[in-house]
Amino acid sequence: MTLLRLDGLTVKRGDCPVVDGANLTLAAGELVGLIGPNGAGKTSLMRGALGLLPHTGHSSLTVMDPGPRARHAAWLPQAREIAWPIAVETLVMLGRIPHLTAGQRPTAADRAAVAAALATMDLTGFEPRAATELSGGEQGRVLIARALAQDTPLILADEPTAGLDPGHQIATMTAFARLAAQGKAVLVSLHDLGLAARHCTRLILMHRGRIHADGRPSEVLTRDNLAQVFGISAHIAQGPDGLIFQPLEVLT
Amino acid sequence: MKTAHLFAMLALGTMALFLVSLLTGPAGFGMGESLSALITGQGEAVTLVMREIRLPRAILAVMVGASLGVSGAALQGYLRNPLAEPGLIGVSGSAALGAVIAMQTGLAGAFALALPLSALSGAVVAVLLIVMLAGPRGGSVTLILAGIAISALAGALMSLVLNLSPNPFATAETVFWLMGSLADRSFAHLWLAAPFMLLGWALLLPLGRGLDALSLGEDAAAAMGVTLSALRLRLVLGVAACVGAATAVAGAIGFVGLVVPHLLRPLVGARPSVLLGASALGGAAMVLMADSAVRLVLPERDLKLGVVMAIIGAPLFLHLIAKTRRAEP
Repeated sequence: MTLLRLDGLTVKRGDCPVVDGANLTLAAGELVGLIGPNGAGKTSLMRGALGLLPHTGHSSLTVMDPGPRARHAAWLPQAREIAWPIAVETLVMLGRIPHLTAGQRPTAADRAAVAAALATMDLTGFEPRAATELSGGEQGRVLIARALAQDTPLILADEPTAGLDPGHQIATMTAFARLAAQGKAVLVSLHDLGLAARHCTRLILMHRGRIHADGRPSEVLTRDNLAQVFGISAHIAQGPDGLIFQPLEVLT
Repeated sequence: MKTAHLFAMLALGTMALFLVSLLTGPAGFGMGESLSALITGQGEAVTLVMREIRLPRAILAVMVGASLGVSGAALQGYLRNPLAEPGLIGVSGSAALGAVIAMQTGLAGAFALALPLSALSGAVVAVLLIVMLAGPRGGSVTLILAGIAISALAGALMSLVLNLSPNPFATAETVFWLMGSLADRSFAHLWLAAPFMLLGWALLLPLGRGLDALSLGEDAAAAMGVTLSALRLRLVLGVAACVGAATAVAGAIGFVGLVVPHLLRPLVGARPSVLLGASALGGAAMVLMADSAVRLVLPERDLKLGVVMAIIGAPLFLHLIAKTRRAEP
């Protein structure tokens, strides 16, 4: 089942196309890593797809009304904004807003979704604490839990693992993989190519606003692509548990 | 504290202060006499004072306070900034300009409600300008900039009117009016302001869900199904209706919209949605308290409500700053 479809999506900043004619479909069961250097257009692609940036071309999300869209796709922005010292549990409950009518109290199902999201992100016991008083990485996990609590078929996450410790980086990717295995689709932008190679079922490599390569991690993380897009060399090997990727040096 | 308990306490406190306001005044009637006159209408003088002077004044204090409180909470929630206050979008300045023009041109003396009506027109002009300047798609920054521009322009024009005023009596009257007061307001003022304030509440109070979502930023809120342009339009219209009407009948009363949400935020778990209603009650309580204080402290000197509010509000704010600094590592 297709959960996201982009046809010729173009996002412009001024006259400059930061996303240039992106074509993309995401099916249930996929954990797709969106990789590329800074400024390649990863964030703009996701924000354009969600209708948060003016764009041309077609996105299956922007033709939906805001309400149904919020029950179809969850979005985790890169900037970790938490404006007020809200309790962690209350903050994660914000993810249930699309499922509640105005003024409706959270139901048992909402509480269960929040508890599950908190457990997934290893935040059990953090419920009453003010989210603004947590460390940066902990705030990152709280915000991921908020997106998970939205319980949507499609999740778009912009660098969710940035600033997390290795254990929680792996746990986050494993959680996404498990959700994908349950029939959801996850599109996640990443800078850690090792993490991307290890956990993603598919990688999309962006370069200067265009989709440069799209396929299984071993097909995308090739010597040529790495040299051309990132300007780096890397050690790539097939380990017993999947692809092993270690960046080595900058090519000059 | 449980939210329900907090609301019960705020409501009880507001009711108690409402009674205090009703029983405070220079006429010096007894408590039982005053209340029985208010309800049964026995005793001509005391009934007149209670029904025509103190009752509209107390009700106006509740409505003005609630309007300023809910406006402050909504603006702080929308801008995600605890320093936002209802005057920020320029409506109170423009309403004051309308009032000043009415006083200086002598229009205020033409008929009873000329002054508040002129102030309301000023507020309406400001709203139209803001909506036009901030545009349909702009974010919170354009709104602040538009508000600052309009405030500055209204302030400059007000100074110009006072500067060129040929009439020192009108100028003195204007300066006193600008300090803000609820003295000698009648039911006519209440009937004029109430529809706008009720409209403002109806626009602002349902914004809680969107403001909650905005705690995580505009992007996250938009992706959670909040239509930001609609939210912003409702916010601007709601704040303008509340603040425009409050300024039109009571003059410029600062600090309520700034301090009340700030004081109550820790008690509602910092949730913007709960803060809206709590700040409405808290604002009503605060204005009732200050309006009773102006009659108790210097009864013979016509102390102005806005002045007392600032004298109460500024130290409260300093206390909050000190508390925030202590909380910092």
